Amino acid sequence: MNEAAFAEYTKNLVQQGAVGSDEKYVTENRPTDLYLHFLPFLQGMLYVGNDAPLKEQELQLVQNLAEAFSTAYARYEDFTKLEAAKSAVEAAMDELRATQSQLVQQEKLASLGQLTAGIAHEIKNPLNFVNNFSEVSIEMIEEVLEEREKTRLSDRLGRESTDGTLVDDILKDIKVNLQKIHKHGTRANGIVTSMLLHARGGSGKKEPTDLNALVREYVNLCFHGMRAGKNPIHVEIVLDLDTEMGLTPLVKEDFTRVIINLCTNAFDAMRSKSISDQSGNYVPRLRITTKKEAQTMTMVVEDNGPGIPDEIKDKIMQPFFTTKKGTEGTGLGLSISHDIVKAHGGSLNVEIKESEGSAFVIQLPIV
Amino acid sequence: MKILVVDDEKDIQALFEQRFRKEIRSGEMEFAFAFSGEEALIFLEDSGQEAVLILSDINMPGISGLELLRRIKEKYKEPPPIVMMITAYGDNDNHQTAMHLGANDFLTKPLDFNFLKEQLKGYLHD
Repeated sequence: MNEAAFAEYTKNLVQQGAVGSDEKYVTENRPTDLYLHFLPFLQGMLYVGNDAPLKEQELQLVQNLAEAFSTAYARYEDFTKLEAAKSAVEAAMDELRATQSQLVQQEKLASLGQLTAGIAHEIKNPLNFVNNFSEVSIEMIEEVLEEREKTRLSDRLGRESTDGTLVDDILKDIKVNLQKIHKHGTRANGIVTSMLLHARGGSGKKEPTDLNALVREYVNLCFHGMRAGKNPIHVEIVLDLDTEMGLTPLVKEDFTRVIINLCTNAFDAMRSKSISDQSGNYVPRLRITTKKEAQTMTMVVEDNGPGIPDEIKDKIMQPFFTTKKGTEGTGLGLSISHDIVKAHGGSLNVEIKESEGSAFVIQLPIV
Repeated sequence: MKILVVDDEKDIQALFEQRFRKEIRSGEMEFAFAFSGEEALIFLEDSGQEAVLILSDINMPGISGLELLRRIKEKYKEPPPIVMMITAYGDNDNHQTAMHLGANDFLTKPLDFNFLKEQLKGYLHD
C-alpha cells in the first residue's frame, strides 16, 4: 500500500469512527509503502502496517496479541453488561420492595374487609340490647311513677295502700337493665377498639396477651364476616382452649391477622368441600386448640375441609402462592402469617391428614 | 299464643320478658326461649308444635336460623307455624333466602319492639 492509499484508508477509518484522528499516523519519517496485515477477532480487527511483510513467527505473535485482546475485550464487555444488569436488578428490587409493602398493606386492609360484616354484626347485637333495655327502662320508670301516684291517691282517700312489691320488682329490673346496658356498651366499645387497633396497628411491641380471649373474639368476628359474605356455610366451631393458658407475649395487631387468616382459609377450604360433597352428610367443623407447655404454647387451627394436595404442600407458605381464583386471594395471607409467627420467635407448620382436612400448628415461646 | 324465641344471645330472654311484660302478665302471650337452632328443634319436638310462632336469629353457631327455618317448614306442615327471622345483617341475600324458604317476616336488629308487637298481635288475631 502506498502513501496516498494509506492516507485514504486512514481517512475512511476516521469517517467510520474506527480511529479518533489520522494525525498520530502521520509522522515525520513516514514510509512510502506499507505492508498491511489484517487480523480479525470477535469484536474487531487488528491491523499491522510494516515496511516489510511480517514473518511467520511475527505474524503468530500478532495473532496471539489479537486473541489476548479479544479475551480482554470480552471481559470488559461482560463487566459492562454485569454493571448494567446489577443496576437493573437493584432498581427492580427497589420496585419490588415498594410493591411488597403496598401489597402487605393491601392484604391487611383485605383482612379488615373480611371482618367488616362481622364487626357490623357484633356491634348491632349489643346495640339491640342498649337501645331496647334503655327504652324498656323508661317505660318501667313511668310504671313506677304511675304506681306511686296510685299509692298517693289511695293514701289521700284513706284506702289501703297498693302492693309495694310491684314497684320494688320494677326497680330491681331497672337496675339489672342498666347493668346490661353498661355491659353491652362496653362490649361494643371493645369491638371498635380492637378494630381500630387492627386497622391502624398498635405499638408494634409484644405485650402480655390473653390469647384465648383473642381467639374467641377474632374467630367470632371471622365467622360472622363469613356468614355475611358471599356463599356462607354452616360451620360447627369447637374451641378447646387451655384454661391454664395465662398471658402470652404477643404483638396483638399482628397476631390477630394470623388468626383471621387461618380461619378465613379454613372457611374457604370447607366451603369448597361442602360444594363438592355428594353425600349430604358433610358437616364443616373448625376446631381451635390452645395448649400451654413448660416453655412453649401451641395453637392449632384445624378444619375438616379437603386437605392440601401433597404437591403444593411445600409451596403454600410462599408469597403469592394461591389456589384461589382471580381476585379471591392475594397469595400473601399464609406467607405473612408465617412471617408474623417467625417474628414472634415461633413456628407455623401445616399438618395434613389425608381426606380429613388440614391443621395449622403454631408454636410460640412463652418465656 | 306461645312464641318461641331462638337466639344465641342469652340476654334476649330478659329483653323479651320485659318488653312483653304486660302481655305476659295478662296471659295474652307466652314465651319460650331456645339458645341455639338445635335447642329449638328439640323444643318443637317435645312440645308437639305448641309454639305457633317462632322468632329466630339467623346467625348462630351450629344450625343457623335459615337452616332451622328450612327444617321447620319441611317438618311442620299443618298448620304451618309462623316463622319470623331476626338478624343483625340486613343484607339482601339473607332476606331473599329467608323469604324463599318461607319466612313470614324479616326483621333487623336493633329490633323495633313496637313494630314487632304490632306484627305479633296481627298474627294473634288472624
